[in-house]
Amino acid sequence: MDISSLDYQPIIITLQLATVTVLVLLIIGIPISWWLAHTRTRFRPVFEAIVALPLVLPPTVLGFYLLIILGPHGWIGKPVEEIFGSPLSFTFTGLVIASTFYSLPFVVQPLYNAFEAIGKDPLEAAWTLGASKWDAFWTVASPMALRGYVTAIVLGFAHTLGEFGVVLMVGGSIPGKTKVLSIEIYDRVETLDYSHAHLLSAGLLSFTFLILLIVYYINRKLPVRVS
Amino acid sequence: MNLLSAKFNLALDAFTLKVETEIPLQGFTVLFGPSGSGKTSFLRCISGLERAPEGFLKIGDETWQDEKKGIFIPTNERKIGYVFQEMRLFPHLTVEGNLRYGLKRRNLHNVNVLFSQIVEIMGLETFLSRHPRNLSGGEKQRVALARALLTRPRLLLMDEPLAALDTKRKQEILPYFQRMQSDLNIPIFYVTHSLNEVLQLVDTMLLMDQGKIVAAGTVEDVLSHPDLGRHLGHTLVGTVLDTTVVRQDKEFQLTVLKFNAHTFYVPRRDVSPGDRLRIHIRAEDVTLAVEQIENKTSVLNVLPAKIIETRPSVKDDCKVDVKLDIGCPLLASITKKSLFHLNLQPGQNIYAHIKAIRMAHEFD
Repeated sequence: MDISSLDYQPIIITLQLATVTVLVLLIIGIPISWWLAHTRTRFRPVFEAIVALPLVLPPTVLGFYLLIILGPHGWIGKPVEEIFGSPLSFTFTGLVIASTFYSLPFVVQPLYNAFEAIGKDPLEAAWTLGASKWDAFWTVASPMALRGYVTAIVLGFAHTLGEFGVVLMVGGSIPGKTKVLSIEIYDRVETLDYSHAHLLSAGLLSFTFLILLIVYYINRKLPVRVS
Repeated sequence: MNLLSAKFNLALDAFTLKVETEIPLQGFTVLFGPSGSGKTSFLRCISGLERAPEGFLKIGDETWQDEKKGIFIPTNERKIGYVFQEMRLFPHLTVEGNLRYGLKRRNLHNVNVLFSQIVEIMGLETFLSRHPRNLSGGEKQRVALARALLTRPRLLLMDEPLAALDTKRKQEILPYFQRMQSDLNIPIFYVTHSLNEVLQLVDTMLLMDQGKIVAAGTVEDVLSHPDLGRHLGHTLVGTVLDTTVVRQDKEFQLTVLKFNAHTFYVPRRDVSPGDRLRIHIRAEDVTLAVEQIENKTSVLNVLPAKIIETRPSVKDDCKVDVKLDIGCPLLASITKKSLFHLNLQPGQNIYAHIKAIRMAHEFD
């Protein structure tokens, strides 16, 4: 096996994509999970179902709709093209948007579970001690939900690493731009380059196993266990 | 004197809280009543954790809620301390972290002095670096109490703080409550459904039932009001007396108490002469005799008394409530038949036989 001939670009793009996606997911996932955990609306099951949808939907279906929306004629892609000169499909930004939808449940679910387990009681205690709602969120709810955060970040990251269908639909496989690891592996297999496919697959397998292992270890060690 | 004026009307699942009251902000005020009577909801409205539409709340000269003028001060800006039944310590912080959480968020002077004072009062010196999960229930409750006190509240709200503890732990923590009251002089609203706690701590009592305040006044007044039996539970109706310990009677294993000119004998207690002891005499435990039969009865405590009035019992058709004068009112409950046979009349001098006396801490 010739490691020197390995193209590192897909690996780098994959890591970049996963990192950016997790950051975006935290920014939008935290408020969504917080809201879900504390809302009193009767329609909560509807929102829970929407958030869980990417779990069961075939990635190609999700990718298909995103392609249409983000493409040059889509209701997001078109205005973006008019402003920036290019649509979102087949770009890195497009990939991030697609991955955000795709990995949303993996970030929202652990956070939502954690916030729900904590409940309102400790927050009320914090308010009576002079903490504003924002303050109490950061100094009480978030540290108590630390396990939820760790799980969310790692699952979101790991899940984005392995995405294939959605990326293929929305991003194509433009080398150096949108070609991620899973697609690279697929291409290698198609061209019967099994040795590189092996190398990349084994690498991805060990890497994802390793981070999951770290997470489960960290979670055992974390001081706060909300039950 | 500072007053708390409140008007709340809040529909809840099982009942409607309907309160309109003025309460002096002084000493220990207990909110007493059966569960589901609105005590906790009332506290939550005061703290701002619950917002009653059209509510009104004024503490001294500060208006905390006046919906007509659109005023609602959020919980974190109200100078209250809140001690929850489940304590609600922050599990991710040490005891010291918990204690300093509120302290940091209020602009107080001399925080270090205050900190050491409260830590000392609550006996927490050796716990500071520990985590709440390593504390016993009673210790947790002391931390929760200290944490609330450290914000220098104008009003301390305590929601059944002892309900989760067993009797032994309750007895351990009560002295801290008493010390807190005497050292810090913070007005306290204390929710409970256990008279045990009430009698040891309380000056003023609000009796709540089905979301309403049905009586307010001193413990002595509220408990001795026969009409309140249906709210209190009949076994609680009676007289509360603040007695002083005179001496221990070693020969008969009794403790001798004094109230005004009266002497009471009770089974021996672990107290010293001069101690104050609050006793409770149930109306049902008082019987009446028209002649002195001293040395002819096994009842130890016989007091000369004068009948003030008699009135039919609200609940029990065969009973009459008799209000006696022993230097203060004493309540007795006898049958109509006895009243008729003895021909008791207001103004008549009789003898009250007290069959049982209970100490404050013997309730539950």
